[in-house]
Amino acid sequence: MTSGLWELVLRGVWTTVQLLVLSALLAAAVSFVVGVARTHRLWIVRFVAGVYTEVFRGTSALVMIFWVFFVLPPAFGWQLVPMWAGTLALGLTYGAYGSEIVRGALGAVDPAQQEGGIALSFTPWQRMRLVLLPQAVPEMIPPFSNLLIELLKGTALVSVMGMGDLAFSGNLVRLALQESAEIYTYILLIYFVIAFLLTRVMRGLENRLKPGGGRAPAHEASADEPEPTETTGAGASTRGGVLR
Amino acid sequence: MTWDWTAVADFMPYFWDGLLVTLQALALGSVISFALGLVWALLMRAPSRWVRWPVGVVTEFIRNTPLLVQLFFLFYVMPEWGLTMSALTTGVLGIGLHYSTYTMQVYRAGIEAVPVGQWEAATALNLPVARTWRVVILPQAIRRVVPALGNYVISMLKDTPLLMAITVLDMLGRARLFSQQNFQFTEPLTVIGVAFILISYLASLLLRALERRLAH
Repeated sequence: MTSGLWELVLRGVWTTVQLLVLSALLAAAVSFVVGVARTHRLWIVRFVAGVYTEVFRGTSALVMIFWVFFVLPPAFGWQLVPMWAGTLALGLTYGAYGSEIVRGALGAVDPAQQEGGIALSFTPWQRMRLVLLPQAVPEMIPPFSNLLIELLKGTALVSVMGMGDLAFSGNLVRLALQESAEIYTYILLIYFVIAFLLTRVMRGLENRLKPGGGRAPAHEASADEPEPTETTGAGASTRGGVLR
Repeated sequence: MTWDWTAVADFMPYFWDGLLVTLQALALGSVISFALGLVWALLMRAPSRWVRWPVGVVTEFIRNTPLLVQLFFLFYVMPEWGLTMSALTTGVLGIGLHYSTYTMQVYRAGIEAVPVGQWEAATALNLPVARTWRVVILPQAIRRVVPALGNYVISMLKDTPLLMAITVLDMLGRARLFSQQNFQFTEPLTVIGVAFILISYLASLLLRALERRLAH
């Protein structure tokens, strides 16, 4: 491979990283807003948030990307820059998965904490900010870390729309060299390295947030496991003895 | 916003063809991932770390890299190595391989959740290792993990459109072809979007029913 082709790959890495950061920020914002809305006391708010989750989690990320690229422009007259279109599609889809994580973690906080907040006449917003979230956020980090890896893998989808990310640069190099084993091996390795770095960063974050307050030191472990989410992972059925 | 029902009607025959391909890919991909995942999970319990270590590295690698690039790899590199397969076969293998690294974790959790007493009883009854696995451990482990495996079937359904990138005419492939020929993008893409939501919602309802049945 020549240095010019490597430059192409590096530019692809940069696009992928940009897209990853932007869509992760959007997804995080969406997860918190929707996840908190699903615990709201008005049923209509819960219902709307639930519909959002089902719709965006139910459809395929690639179909969503196609939709944002091809249907949004004629339907609403918005022609988005590819980077923003990709960010929007990925952020909304993965935000729907993230909202289930937020909801699960909020549901796993001891109800006595919530009651304590009421007894101290905190407003709902104060309860959320000062009591629930500080205890729920550390619980969210491991599932969010998995979701971030899924999002990284999801960013490869935008290459189908011709955006110059890492997977797309791989295709270009393949066409230039008429040889695919080498370049695809490199591309896969680069993705793996990025994923590895992300898990390290998230583990560091987890360790920093671990000693969160508000919990008696005596009861730990099994009691505060997050509520199983529906279509994301293995957690649902693996707790011993729940299913026979 | 213009919505043209005749475009929907024109698209429907292609939609059914695409749905068939999608469901085929899903069924075969699930079978491969369930079987291969079990193989990985059993290999990870092998006594020698010369088995465990390579299997662990390979599956970790597959799990942390995008399925799309893996599909490209299979689709373009395999013929260079003298192994030519149809696009659908390549896609099914790719999806099955990718998801086997997820189902492997599910099986592992299921096997670990079998009470130690079961192992001890099998030892006490002097059952050979193969028989212990086949009649004692696996039936209990697999029963536990059926709902979690079902979740991965739903995830797999949502990853089947990726096969379009390697020229398979699944639902999305059909929709793209149709919209490029007729310059009508809104209707076919919306139809398959709704179809995905419906199918995965129905599947999750089914799964919840299955979960309830297995719980008793």
